[in-house]
Amino acid sequence: MPLLELRGINTHYGAVHILKDVDLAIFPGELVCLLGGNASGKSTTLKTLLGMVTPTTGDVVLDGEIVTHHSTSYRVERGVTMVPENRRLFKRLSVKENLELGAYLRTDRDGIANDLERVFEMFPRVKERLNQKSGTLSGGEQQMVAVGRALMSDPRVLLMDEPSMGLAPALVQTNFELIQQIHEEGVAIFIVEQNANMALSIADRGWVLQTGKVVLDDSAEALLANPELRASYLGESGSV
Amino acid sequence: MTTTHDAKLTSRVLWVDRFLTLIRITFIVVISVGLLAFVAQQINPQNPFAQWANPDATGLTAPQFKGLLVTGLAQGAMYGLIALGYSMVYGVLGFINFAHGEVFMVGAMSGMITSNKLADAGLWEDAFLLCLLFIVVTSILLSTATAVIMERVAYRPLRGAPRLIPLITSIGVSFFLQNLSVVLLGPGAKSYPTLPSWLSQKRSLVGFQIEGTKLLVLLTAAVSMAGLWFLVERTRTGKAMRAVAEDKEIAALMGIDVNRTIVKTFAVGGAMAGVAGILWGILFRSVIHTTGFLPGIKAFSAAVVGGIGNLGGAMAGGLSLGAAEATAPLVLLEPLGVDGVSQLRDAVAFAVLIFVLLVRPSGLFGERLSEDERA
Repeated sequence: MPLLELRGINTHYGAVHILKDVDLAIFPGELVCLLGGNASGKSTTLKTLLGMVTPTTGDVVLDGEIVTHHSTSYRVERGVTMVPENRRLFKRLSVKENLELGAYLRTDRDGIANDLERVFEMFPRVKERLNQKSGTLSGGEQQMVAVGRALMSDPRVLLMDEPSMGLAPALVQTNFELIQQIHEEGVAIFIVEQNANMALSIADRGWVLQTGKVVLDDSAEALLANPELRASYLGESGSV
Repeated sequence: MTTTHDAKLTSRVLWVDRFLTLIRITFIVVISVGLLAFVAQQINPQNPFAQWANPDATGLTAPQFKGLLVTGLAQGAMYGLIALGYSMVYGVLGFINFAHGEVFMVGAMSGMITSNKLADAGLWEDAFLLCLLFIVVTSILLSTATAVIMERVAYRPLRGAPRLIPLITSIGVSFFLQNLSVVLLGPGAKSYPTLPSWLSQKRSLVGFQIEGTKLLVLLTAAVSMAGLWFLVERTRTGKAMRAVAEDKEIAALMGIDVNRTIVKTFAVGGAMAGVAGILWGILFRSVIHTTGFLPGIKAFSAAVVGGIGNLGGAMAGGLSLGAAEATAPLVLLEPLGVDGVSQLRDAVAFAVLIFVLLVRPSGLFGERLSEDERA
C-alpha cells in the first residue's frame, strides 16, 4: 500500500487549471522524484501533498486514509514533512530553536532527544552552532539545519523541494549523498527537481510533469534513457 | 533624453538629502546648545553664556530633576506596555493596529467601573492591594477579549489584502470603540476613586523621592515585561509566535496553527494594554472615551523609536520617550528661553520620533529588514 498518494488531482487557482488529473504514489522507503520545468505545477503538487492547497477534485491519501481536507499539521503529525526550497530557516531564531520547531507537534521527550542526537551525528557542524542565530550560518550549514529540522518531526516521507537550488556545485553533490543516507535509514523521499540528471542518478522511479500533467511515469533508468526527456531536460550532453 | 531625465532625478534626491541634513543639523544644534545652556545655568545662572541663552533662567535643583525623571519614566513605562501590543502585532501581521490605543482605553474604563463598584462596597481603602489585583485581572480579561474580537471580526477577513487595507480598517475600529464607549458610558470624563493615602506618600529609594503610585506603576510594568519576556523567549507558544512572525508558511509546515498563534499575539498585546489602562487610572485618576488616542499615538512612536517588532526595544522606546518628554522641556527648551515649555511635552515626544527616524530609520534596537524578508 502506498504511503502517500495523489488520486486524480485537479487544482485550480481561480480560473487557471494548474494540475490536471495528477496521479502519483510514494511507497514506504522509496526514493522517487518529480521532474519539471518552471510553472509545470511542481510546487502546487507539493502544496497539495502537504495540505497547503486544496484540490478542486481528487484525493490525497496518507497511509490509506483520505486526508484531502485535513490540515497541514494533521499530516505532519502523521509523518509527512518537507525541506522547503531555499531552506527557509527561521533566520532570527537560533539553530536549536529551529530544530525544536521541527519537533513542534511531538510530545515524546525521549524520542525527540534521540532524534536530536541523530541529527548531531549526521551533522557535527550543527551541534557546534547550536546557539547561533540560523541566519548567520553559511549556505551549506543552513541546508544541514533545514534537513535536520525536517528529520526532527520523525518523518516517514520527506518531501524535498529543489534541494540543489541555490547551492554551490560541490554542495549539491554532498546534498544528494545526504539524501541517500537518509533514505538508507528507511525514510521515503520525494524529490522535486529541475536538475533531472542528479535526481535520476539516485532515484528509483520518477515522474515528469509538464503544464500540470504527468507526461512520463517510469523507472529512473528508463527516464534517463528516454530521448524525449534527454532533449528537454538533460540537454545534448546529459547535464543541465 | 534618458540622461537629462536621470540627471533631474539625481538632483532631486540630492535636494531632499540636503533638506534632511538641514533638519538633522537643526535638531543637533538645538539639543547641544540647549544642553550647554542648561549646564551653564546649573553652574551659575549669572555666567555670560547662560545669560545670553536665557536671562531669566534659574536652573533646576537635583530633586526637581529627579522628580521629572521619575514622572517621565512612570509614564514611559505605560507607553512601553502599550507599545508592546503595536510591536507584537506588527511582528506577526506587518501592519500597525491603530485601534490598539482603544484597547488601552477599554482597560482603563473597565478599571474605572470595577474600582468605583469596589469603593461603593467600602473595600477599596481597606483591602487596596486585593482590589487592585481584582481590577487588573478584570481589565486584562476585557481588553484581551476586545483585542481578540477585533482580530476575528475586523482583521482576519483581510488577511490576504494589501497591508494598507487593515491599517485603514484599524482607524475605523478605533473610532468605533471610542463611540461605543460614549454610547455605553456617556461622553463625560469619569474618575477613579481616591487612592489610599499610604500609596500616595513619597518614599525614598536609592536617592530618589518616589511617590508610591509611581513606584507601583514602575513595578507593575517591570513584572509584566518580565512575564512577557518569559512567554516569548522561553515557552513553546512564544517560539511559535516568533516563528509565525518570521515565516507563516514554514511555521504552518512545522505544524503550528498560524491563526491561533495570531490570536494569541493579539491577546497578549491586549493584556499588556489592559495593565497599562489600570496604571493610567491609578496615575491620573480620570478617563474619557478619547483617553486612548494620545497615549496610543505616543506608544506607537515608542515602538518605532525602539525598533518596531522588537519587544525590548518597545519597552526601552517607551521609557526613553516618557523620560524625554518629561525632562526635555525643562532641560533643553527652558535654558533656550522658549516660553511655556511645560505645554510642549507632546511636541517634544513627536520631535523625538522624528529625530530618531532621521538618524536611525530602523529605530534604536531595530534590525534592518529588506522588503522580501518583511513580506
